[in-house]
Amino acid sequence: MIWTTLILAGLVTFFTRFSMIALLKKNHFGPRIRVVLSYVPSAVFPAIIFPAVFLNSTGQLVFLDNPKVLAAFIAVLIGYLTESVIATILSGLAALWLLIFFI
Amino acid sequence: MNIQYKIFSKGCLDVIPLLIPVVPFGIIFGVIGIESGLGSTVTFLMSIIIFAGSSQLAFAQLFTGGATTSVIVSSVAIVNSRHFLYSAVIAQYLTKVKLFWKIILSYFLTDQAFIVSQKYFKQQPKNKDRHYHLLGSGFTLWFVWQLSTIAGIVLGEVIPKELNLAFAVPLTFISLIIVDIKKIDHLIVAITSGIFAIIFFNLPLRTYIIVAAAAGILVAYGLSHTKLYRK
Repeated sequence: MIWTTLILAGLVTFFTRFSMIALLKKNHFGPRIRVVLSYVPSAVFPAIIFPAVFLNSTGQLVFLDNPKVLAAFIAVLIGYLTESVIATILSGLAALWLLIFFI
Repeated sequence: MNIQYKIFSKGCLDVIPLLIPVVPFGIIFGVIGIESGLGSTVTFLMSIIIFAGSSQLAFAQLFTGGATTSVIVSSVAIVNSRHFLYSAVIAQYLTKVKLFWKIILSYFLTDQAFIVSQKYFKQQPKNKDRHYHLLGSGFTLWFVWQLSTIAGIVLGEVIPKELNLAFAVPLTFISLIIVDIKKIDHLIVAITSGIFAIIFFNLPLRTYIIVAAAAGILVAYGLSHTKLYRK
């Protein structure tokens, strides 16, 4: 049962990656589609970011008394200034630990 | 040293800065896999068979909750649907390579490999060996992901839960779009998607990810009009 689920999930994931590479023979994209596709990360990643920052473990929206909001804000600020992947993540984690353990 | 090997090495090196968050993410997945009762074999093989972090975490959580095969598989498909778009972008650079290469490179098409190799492909419109870059970035990420998963499985019982390492997940995604969202149009798309994700969070099967992404893409489509015809 778990193996069936795992293998199906693996096949589905591979299909999402292989689909367009297998289907598209030439570059069918017009300029507009290409511009839209350039927005994909900005359109998809916030759907993972926002719930993980603003919601608690039971799916409740929490702004105050939520150290993750401030920690994420600090990470965005540091990321904005440095444009560094590493600095963004480390500052966010450090801020969260500071808020949880010392404040 | 031949040219293919040089391009492969460049792919390996280019992806390294993006690996820092992958290590804690892999460790987190290993730990959560064990805590969810998947067992070390399934947890380890999941990183090889699925090889897509956020969907693996979703799998583990749903498994603990007693979800059925169809619920788990469709959730994995939804979380990974963004790959359709990566696949479409990468496809235009891989029209000339053999089917075998297409299969191998598809397996390695992760967020991080996509970001660095797409950038390289754009700069190399005439290079017929450029696909080695994606092999390098993809393989490096794959290797580090497997090692981190093993570390997570091993360290699982030692790492204190109080460290909240799972918070590295949203931080990773923030770091991946931080340069883009300096532009106001990208910021509008990102905030739209985020708000939709919060509003529709309780939809079944984690479909909020699809709803939020669709809303973001729709806004992007509207904005693309001004971007194209403004000049």
